[in-house]
Amino acid sequence: MTSDTSRLGFYLLLAPILLWLVVLIILPHVGLFIVSISEKIGPREYETGFANYAAFFNEPLYWRTFARTAIMSILATALTLILGFPIAYYIAKLTRGRTKTTLFLMCMIPFWVSELVRTFGWMILLRETGVISNALQYLGLVNGPVEMLYNDAAIMVGLVYTSILFMVVPLVTTLDSLDDSLIEAGYDLGGTSTSIMREIVIPHAMPGIVSGCIVVFMLSLGNYLTPILLGGKDSLWFTGMIYTQFITRFNWELGSAFGFLLLALSSLVVFAGLKLSRQSLTETMGRA
Amino acid sequence: MKFSLVSSVAVVAALTAQMAQAETLRLLTWGGYAPQEVIDLFEAETGHTVEVTTSNNEEMIAKLRATNGGGFDLAQPSQDRIASAQEEFGIYKPIDMSRVNADLFIPSMLAATASNSTYEGEVYGLPHVWGTSGLVVNTAMAGNVTDYTDLCDASVAGQVSYRLKRPTLIGFAYSMGLDPFAAYDDADAYQSILDEVEAMLTGCKPNVKTYWDGGDEIKNLLRSGEVVASMAWDTGGWQLNADNPDITFVAPEAGALGWIDTFVMPARGRADDAAYDWIDFVMQPEIAAMITNTAGNFTAAVDGDAGVNADLKARYQGSFDQAAIDNIKWYPPVPAGLEALEGATLDRINAAN
Repeated sequence: MTSDTSRLGFYLLLAPILLWLVVLIILPHVGLFIVSISEKIGPREYETGFANYAAFFNEPLYWRTFARTAIMSILATALTLILGFPIAYYIAKLTRGRTKTTLFLMCMIPFWVSELVRTFGWMILLRETGVISNALQYLGLVNGPVEMLYNDAAIMVGLVYTSILFMVVPLVTTLDSLDDSLIEAGYDLGGTSTSIMREIVIPHAMPGIVSGCIVVFMLSLGNYLTPILLGGKDSLWFTGMIYTQFITRFNWELGSAFGFLLLALSSLVVFAGLKLSRQSLTETMGRA
Repeated sequence: MKFSLVSSVAVVAALTAQMAQAETLRLLTWGGYAPQEVIDLFEAETGHTVEVTTSNNEEMIAKLRATNGGGFDLAQPSQDRIASAQEEFGIYKPIDMSRVNADLFIPSMLAATASNSTYEGEVYGLPHVWGTSGLVVNTAMAGNVTDYTDLCDASVAGQVSYRLKRPTLIGFAYSMGLDPFAAYDDADAYQSILDEVEAMLTGCKPNVKTYWDGGDEIKNLLRSGEVVASMAWDTGGWQLNADNPDITFVAPEAGALGWIDTFVMPARGRADDAAYDWIDFVMQPEIAAMITNTAGNFTAAVDGDAGVNADLKARYQGSFDQAAIDNIKWYPPVPAGLEALEGATLDRINAAN
């Protein structure tokens, strides 16, 4: 009797997440997959096959953009980590009480406005007639207007800015859980700042680093707005290609195939990252 | 089965007849084509309510395709994109000409749109707003730009912008002395035109500051002076002309590209009565003039230009003399499959270094 009720309770509690998974994630993907394996042979005529996937591998433009997107996302993740770690360390270890809350809040404030507004903010700063260009001219550092928008560096800036919060939060959480006495013990035993960082802090923060990296990488890889608005005439991004296939080319079949390839790519990179850092997904998600 | 279908149709018909007085018109249109003052007048006169969604050609088709022609009661794609979209996706229903007051339309435009939007003997489109794409130029800084290919001139290097879309391919082709519209039905001939244009646009790439996407983006670039010559819509040029007299729309020597935005009925639209009421309402000369004053483009309404403000008329006449009007290249209907060729060309231009 008790086991029956508890089982009912279990299924009731499970229902929302199952519903979420099936209705919002599994069903759309099944639909997407079915679209991706239908080849168009004429108006309103389709047959099943893998021609869309073949088109991806036969057209260098597609897989080059694909590789470019992956490499730039990994680079953006690394930069975010390098920038985010000192911030997180400062917040978690060197501040207390109200200062800590204030600093944490300051990291979050930019995320109260939408991504679009933040990206437009960067456009105002970086453009030829923008704030930075004018300031440099005013200070006499440059002679003419400088264009800083419409290139890969601008995309990188935008990506790092958009995702840094998602690196800082898990890092602060894991670093918070590191007992200060362990660091003190390290100094007592004659460790240098570098060796303590390497031997104590980073190993302890590893789950936070890995989960932050996973989130930031996913966000960058799937970002659409930032690369499209800040990127230049050569700056192709894979999500932009998916949009083009779906909306301007009316080619949902190829777009769906691209969507699946992007899913495979992100899973593969996350898997490789976990293997390289010798972390398991359960441990990372459990501790961060 | 047949009986239940008939009876359910009868029930639906009875229900719709009851609601016929006041319906909600879900309008899928372009920015500026349904100004709030026009909506207020329409709602006061007919009792219908209007919900406006603004979009562009590709998104309109994509939205309707996603729902098999549902979700909207009236849409306004360009006339060259109707027949092929109908052939591929079947997202529209034919226009019931008996319910349209044809006297409100300029006859030549009505006839041209009807013939361009005919699929399997049925007419799918009515003309509404027309305009052109050509060059928007800051004449003080780039007065020498008078044709599409002049955008590749060294004198404007780094200060040029155009869209990476099909009008750019077609404009450049005309400027290079080719005739893409004549080759529409011959895939091989069209491909060889595309190849020539691809070489031209790839070579032109260093001149381009950025490829623009939205109307506001190109207006910002021109207003700030970061871009001095661009390929864009006539209205954009005239709006900028109001702020800065140096910037205006220039009809290119090779001919401006003329488009007509239409009324079409999505296949599963529910408020057909409201849709026909809206068409009749906005094609009245005084309402058409109100739309021209906000959208900046002229309409296919008879006498629709009478109430248009004098500044806009002056700008229009400044950009188009009679020869330029006669030289407008009107988009013929795009055959299905042509856009795949263009897409591949555009991708290669985008990827070229």
